[in-house]
Amino acid sequence: MLADVDATVLENRRLSEHYSVLVLDAPPIAAVTQPGQFVMLKPAQGSDPLLRRPFSVFEILRGPAGEPAAISILNKRAGVGTALLYDVEPGTTIRCLGPLGKPFEAVRPPAEAWMVAGGVGLAPFVTLATRLEELGTPATLFYGARTASELYYVELFEALGVRTVLSTEDGTRGVRGRVTAPLRDTLSATPDTTDIRLYACGPTPMMRAVARLAADHRRPCDVSLEQVMGCGLGGCYSCVVLTTLPGGTPHFVRSCIEGPVFDARHLVWEALEG
Amino acid sequence: MDLSVSIGSLRLANPLIAASGCFGYGVEYAGAVDLAALGAVAVKGLFLAAREGHPPPRIVETPSGMLNAIGLQGIGVHRFVAERLPELRRHGAVVIVNICGTTIDEYVELARILSDAEGVAALELNISCPNIKEGGITFGCSLTGTHAVVSAVRKVTRLPVIPKLTPNVTDVASFARAAEEAGADAVSLVNTFLAMAIDVETRRPRLSNIVGGLSGPAIRPIAVRMVYECRQAVRLPIIGMGGIANTTDVLEFLIAGATAVQIGTANFVDPLLWSGVLEGLRAYMERHRIGAIGELTGSLDTSRREHAWISS
Repeated sequence: MLADVDATVLENRRLSEHYSVLVLDAPPIAAVTQPGQFVMLKPAQGSDPLLRRPFSVFEILRGPAGEPAAISILNKRAGVGTALLYDVEPGTTIRCLGPLGKPFEAVRPPAEAWMVAGGVGLAPFVTLATRLEELGTPATLFYGARTASELYYVELFEALGVRTVLSTEDGTRGVRGRVTAPLRDTLSATPDTTDIRLYACGPTPMMRAVARLAADHRRPCDVSLEQVMGCGLGGCYSCVVLTTLPGGTPHFVRSCIEGPVFDARHLVWEALEG
Repeated sequence: MDLSVSIGSLRLANPLIAASGCFGYGVEYAGAVDLAALGAVAVKGLFLAAREGHPPPRIVETPSGMLNAIGLQGIGVHRFVAERLPELRRHGAVVIVNICGTTIDEYVELARILSDAEGVAALELNISCPNIKEGGITFGCSLTGTHAVVSAVRKVTRLPVIPKLTPNVTDVASFARAAEEAGADAVSLVNTFLAMAIDVETRRPRLSNIVGGLSGPAIRPIAVRMVYECRQAVRLPIIGMGGIANTTDVLEFLIAGATAVQIGTANFVDPLLWSGVLEGLRAYMERHRIGAIGELTGSLDTSRREHAWISS
């Protein structure tokens, strides 16, 4: 059930100059959020900035009795709204609407789940990894960032039983280069008989490269898109992405309600990259 | 306490209407909002045929507002009648269908189809969308065009006919008058203000369509003034809109001369605002001992002008 919560900021963990994790007191949302779903946050009171911003639910945090009590979001400072949220102090109230969007479908064993994250694209994968652990699905995270200090929460994934394959563009941790390089190698080294589903989130060129690799290796691939959104509920038609079904003509669909998770084969990638 | 209002032959339980273009086809909100508790739902503008609209970016935020150039993406009237209308009826929504054509014949055809469909309460004529070249706005920016569309639709339907007026003209009141003379049951105003935003680093427009329509609190004072001007010019009920976000804003429009209001952009920010705004209206009526909300319409007190300390 959708809830609009005046959520108190319980914590704002500043991970670096650019990244922070904002913990929000939002039990009704924490209780029903599915892997990969998102919330719409109002960065400040009043009308400037006017609109809410979409954020993947990063963690679902539990209270003393194990009850879902709070959610966190992984925020990267990029514009006016994200800068306000980066600066916000504990005790502040933030309007939080959610959960929204179609969740990831977690595969079950013996299938394997391979998550591919670039930078802030890590955000939707904690909830997915948690579900995969519950299902007993073998999971791998390919995670790339610019530099070692921007690879966050690796231990959290390892604690969830996820095998991690790391990469940094400057080579300070893991494989040097883009995350798609180790992904390519691992895909090539894996027998066709292993049933694998890929899940990707990150910069559009990265997701497109993952989608190509998936297609080359005939692996299903779901991507979680980040679009500019007005409402998150299907009212405004601003967050559309061009999709196409086999034999069909390209068609704009709303990523807030038809997504944010899409089958990579259905997306017209040229249109996404503008 | 009577919150009901009349728009022509249409009786609304309260004056709050979800604005066209800001509420999808209504059904998107059925899980979050009690559609039957709204005065009415004005659904997204419909052409005869389905349309894809403009490529993204379709919106950009501006100070206390936003620009949009969606381009009237939509499923077309036939799918709407077959798929969405029954669902809206099931939810008990009072449905105002916003229609848009490139020719008068298209408006007439749309009006005929919707008059035969079960569950349509009124027609809002979109003659004011600033984001598409080929339709609507051409009629809305010409007095004869406005008159022609309204009278042509008037002839083929018994449903209340509500042309939605553009603010992008010199004198909105003259358009309200043209609509009244052509047989409209009400007018709704304002649609968005044609506007533009530029990324100075790339020197590119921020919208794919280059220009778009400005909405949100930024436009509210202008919209209130335009409703006030139309109130002086016509006897028709006016449905006011433009940046309404709370009870006070609703009251401002009613006092300026609106019979009902539409809430659009604020619904993006605060989709569950409806019950709170209604409650606020009730509290205001109680505080001011107002029995029927209609008493507020056009109740602006300008008497102080006659006692001005300094006269011009």
